[in-house]
Parts: sequence; C-alpha cells; structure tokens
Amino acid sequence: MVDSTSMWTRIRSHHLFWPLMALALIMLFNLIFTPGFFKLEIKDGHLFGSLIDILNRGAPLMLLAIGMTMVIATAGVDLSVGAVIAICAAVAARLIGNETGITATPLILVILISLGVAILCGIWNGLLVSRGNIQPMVATLVLMVAGRGIAQLITDGQILTIYYEPYYFIGGGYLFGLPFSLYIVAGVFLFAWLLSKRTAIGLFVESVGTNDSSSFYSGISEKNIKLFVYVFCALCAGIAGLVISSNIKSADANNAGLLAELDAILAVVIGGTLMSGGRFYLGGSVIGAIIVQSMTTTIYALGVPAEVAYVVKALVVLVVVLLYSEMVKVAMDRIFTRKETQT
Amino acid sequence: MEKLQVNRKFLPLIIAMSLFVLVYAFGMIQYKGFSSPQVFLNILIDNAFLFITCIGMTFVILSEGIDLSVGAVIALTTVVSAYMVEKMAIHPFIAIPSVLLMGTLMGLVMGSIIYFFKVQPFIVTLAGLFFARGMCFVISTEAITISHPFYRAVSLYRIYLPGGYFISVSVVIFLVVLVVALYLAHLSNFGRAVYAIGGNEHSARLMGLPVGRTKILVYTQNGFLSALAGVVFSLYTLSGYGWYVNGLELDAIAGVVIGGTLLTGGVGYVIGSVFGVLIMGLIQTIVIFQGTLNSWWTRIVVGLLTLFFILIQGALVSGKRKRLSVARIEESWEEQEDELGADPTKNLVADS
Repeated sequence: MVDSTSMWTRIRSHHLFWPLMALALIMLFNLIFTPGFFKLEIKDGHLFGSLIDILNRGAPLMLLAIGMTMVIATAGVDLSVGAVIAICAAVAARLIGNETGITATPLILVILISLGVAILCGIWNGLLVSRGNIQPMVATLVLMVAGRGIAQLITDGQILTIYYEPYYFIGGGYLFGLPFSLYIVAGVFLFAWLLSKRTAIGLFVESVGTNDSSSFYSGISEKNIKLFVYVFCALCAGIAGLVISSNIKSADANNAGLLAELDAILAVVIGGTLMSGGRFYLGGSVIGAIIVQSMTTTIYALGVPAEVAYVVKALVVLVVVLLYSEMVKVAMDRIFTRKETQT
Repeated sequence: MEKLQVNRKFLPLIIAMSLFVLVYAFGMIQYKGFSSPQVFLNILIDNAFLFITCIGMTFVILSEGIDLSVGAVIALTTVVSAYMVEKMAIHPFIAIPSVLLMGTLMGLVMGSIIYFFKVQPFIVTLAGLFFARGMCFVISTEAITISHPFYRAVSLYRIYLPGGYFISVSVVIFLVVLVVALYLAHLSNFGRAVYAIGGNEHSARLMGLPVGRTKILVYTQNGFLSALAGVVFSLYTLSGYGWYVNGLELDAIAGVVIGGTLLTGGVGYVIGSVFGVLIMGLIQTIVIFQGTLNSWWTRIVVGLLTLFFILIQGALVSGKRKRLSVARIEESWEEQEDELGADPTKNLVADS
C-alpha cells in the first residue's frame, strides 16, 4: 500500500507526467471522434497515416521548441523565430533562383548560406540581449517585425516558388519509410541533448536562468551563454525555415512561420520548462510540440476554420500557465497531500 | 549630484523632443510644402488610433508591465463593430459602447490573471493577442465594409480651424484622451501608484499603496483605450478585418520607448509618448514625400530608432545599477572589516 502510493507520487512528480497525460487525452479524443485516426499503412515503402502526418507536420515546430527551450531556460524569450523562418526561406529560394529546375547555387551552399544568415539573426538578438542589456522580449520583437520587411526585401515582395527537385527532399522526402524531416529533428535533438547533458553548457544555461548575476560572480560568462542560446535558437528556426520552404516548395515572406512564436513558446511551456527560467526539459518540449500539432490537426480534422485554432491555443496557453502558477500549485499540493494521508 | 539625477531622468524625453524638432526642420528644408500646418495635422489624423494606444501603453510600461494584445484588440473591435452595425443592423450608438465594454472586460480579465495568478504580463497578453485575433476570424474571415450613414458622417466630418486647416473627429477623441491621461498620470492617486509600482513594487506595497487594484486597473484602462483606438480605426478605414494593424504592438512599444519611458518601469511621461508617435509619423511622411522609397523602410527606420533609444536607456539604467551594486559591495566589505577586524579571512577560515 505504502509502496504503491510512493510509486504513484514518483510517477506524478516526473516532469513528463502531465505532458504525456495531455497527449493521451488528445489521442483518446481522436480515438472516439476522428475515424481512422490511428490507421497506419505502407504505400511505396513509406508509412502513411494521421500519426505520421502529425510528426511530419510538427517537425518544424519541434525544431523551434528545442531552440526556444534553451532561450527560455535563460529566463529569456525569442519572438523573432517566425521572422527568421521567413528570412531563411527567402534566402534559400533566392539562391536556388531560376525556374528551370536547375539550381543556381549548389545545394550544400544553399543550406550553408541560409543557415549562416539565420546564425547572423541569432547573433543580432544575442548581442542586443547580452551586450545591450535589453529585455529579451523587446530585443527580439524588433527582429520579429523588421525581419518580415527584410524577407520581403529579399523576395521583392513576391512569393518565390522553388522548382529545384532535390531541395524538396529536406521537408518532403522519406528515408527508411519515415519522413526525412524527423531525422533532422532527431539530429538536432540529440545535439542539444548531448550539449546540455554531456557538457557543462546545460548547467551554465540553468544557472544563468536562475540568477544571472550570481552566475557571473561564480565565473560563468553569462553574456556568452545568452549569446549562445539565441544563436542556437535562430539556427533551429533557420533549419525549420528550410524544412517548411522545402515542404511547401516556396518562400512566402508574409506567411512563412507566421505566429510560430506562440506555438513554440506554448510547446516549451507545456513541456514543463518555466517561463521564469532555470530547469529545462528538451524531451518535454518535443512532446509539447507534438501536443500542439495534434491539437491543430484535430481542429482541422473536425472541419473548423484554420484561424479558429488560435482561440483554442490561446485558451490552452492560459490553462497551462495557470496550472503552473504558484496559487494553483499550492492548492493542488494541498489536495493531493490530503488524499495521500487519507489512504 | 542631485541635479545630475534629475537631468538623467529627463534626458530621454529631451532627446525625443529635440529629435522631433530636428526631423521636422529637416523635412521643411528638404521638401516643398512640408511646412504647411496641414501636413502636421494629417499626422494627427492618420495616427489618432496609434496615439490613443500609446497613451494606454505608457501606463502599462510605467507599471513595469507590457501589453502585446493591443493590436489584436483593435482588430477585434473593428470586426465586432462592423459585424454588429452591418450584419446585425444594430445602431452604432449601441454597438460602439458594447465594443468599448468588450475591450475593457478583456483588459480586466488579463489584468486579473496577471495579478492574482502572478503570471508574467507578457505571456498573458500574448494569449490575449491570439485569442482576440482568433475571435476575429470566428466572427468573419472576410473584411466587412461599414456603410452605415452615421459611421460615414462621423468619418468624413471635418472640423475647420482658422486658416482653412482641418482635423477629424478622431483627433478630438485623441486630445480628450490625452488631457484625461495627463491628469491621471500626474495629478491623481492612481498615477502616483503606477509610478511607485514601476519604481519598486515591493516598496510600493510596503507604503500601503493598492498594488493589486492599480495593476488590474492599468490593464483595464489599456483594454478600454485599445477598444477606443479600434473604434477610431474603424472610423478611419470604415471597415473591419481580422488582420488589421498586425504588429501594432511594436509600433506602440516603439512610440513609448522613443518618447523616453523606461522599459524597466517607473520613469517616463505620457507627453513623451505623444512625441514618440509624432516622430514616427514624421518619418512616415518624409518617406511619402520622398516618393522613391518603399513603405516598409518606415518600419526599418522606426525599428533602428527604437533600438537607439533602448540602448541609450540601457546605458542609463545599467550605469545606475552598476554604481549602486559597487557601492553596496564596498559597503558590505566595510561592514565585514568592522566586524572581523583587520584580517577578515581568518574568521572565515575558522568558520568553515
């Protein structure tokens, strides 16, 4: 009896418990209300089905969430990820250029230059936050709006269509039966995970997020850590930009990654990382991204207009944020501890 | 030293005012017809909604908060009022107060969540942004044109000033809001509490100021002003659409910041924000007068200008903080030396 209670407490207090519960809830909803949701089939050696679809479409969001987790862990936030997606997609489309189906620039250079531009965006944000002492929200807000202007400058205000076939592989290709974008996500996740668990950087990031001046006094160069997380976040956004533009075969300065910021922040917050910084959970963020994407897919499957999804997401943000707030936490703890002492 | 402190406080405001004069002088020298008072009045007419939004935002930023929902609330107001007037045939005399009430309630709810649940204003108002934008499209995915005679009459009404120059009804609304805001900020208990909370929330609480009520009121007031700006905007465009004023949050924050209000709260003036918007309006007018520049150059210049002012403020604030913390460290060392005698390390070693 005692054993099972403590086991239950341990499971409940695990950081992935609530995200996984939420995911299970959405899946349960779909099991009842969306026919054929769990059907998986193999066509031409590729796996197809709603579940794979969620993972495939959710790939850019997972990438954003991984980058955003690091930023939020330093008690910051990056609102410019959507703009970086647009810039990066615009650069890639411009470099590929002509409509003949041949690329003007070798693919490897396209990728490297686009990601280089994304890194520049990250350096800009990072310098403003770490050296300019500007609140992260305001510093990144500048690029959030100006970035779309820059993307429009690159595309001449038009939607650039990409005709170069090999480029489609990044976001639409399949490898060993699974979408290629998932391998990209896995690679970025592994990199971030190794960085945070196998090197001291994870510890430094958490330390800076908890208290940046005490981190500084204990010898951590908090400015460089902050610079690093914004660069990493922008790089993730850049990769997401490549995946998105390759998937929709075009670069749209106005709409690519529009309002992606909220989705990314939502995913991170659902994943259990607090907006106030400190402990961060990369795995939680990825699950959070899957939850957000499942929500979106479910809303579409129900035949509700796409924009209405914003209302639902706004309400979910609110519920999640309230769940994590001190007041509710104290109340919850009181309820649970009372129940446990009774049993 | 005392005098220097006051100078530092006024510095951003003085810079903003000088910048306004400079840009205006530049325009007058560079372009023919720029000196006509109507050019200036047109800036007021075209930006009336932005002035109103910035005044509300000033209070929010003074209280060390932020409101990202303003643009979305403006869009929602235009959509709801257009829908009520056109699709439901409700008279504007009922529709306008209803949307104002709606905006006020949204502000009240956001303010309450921020205060009672201790959630960062940024995330709550971001949720507000998405909620309001989403609601726009729940109501209508298309733009709705307002053709009601009352709206048209108010929209086209010109108030003539001596010399044949004119302003619109929106400008009058803005001026009334400005006068009330100046009173609230500098002559009322509410304004004093806002400044105190922005300066230091903890000591404001210790002083017995109603922190919770003031904070909630700030967001409520801003919700009302956003809705009012939405009404003014629907008068300006005579339509309602969910993607209107996308990204206005930055413009509002930019206006406030250029006007010399510190983003860390507690320091700034309502009148500064008016100058902030005026400068942005002037830049826009110059881009139009130039004729060869693309319109988004305005945004880029405004962005850079905002950055410039944020950096100035950053330098001012961090300078202040650095001096404070150095003084504090020195103080604590002196205290330690007093307590421990000549060699402080001896006792520390013994302790461990």
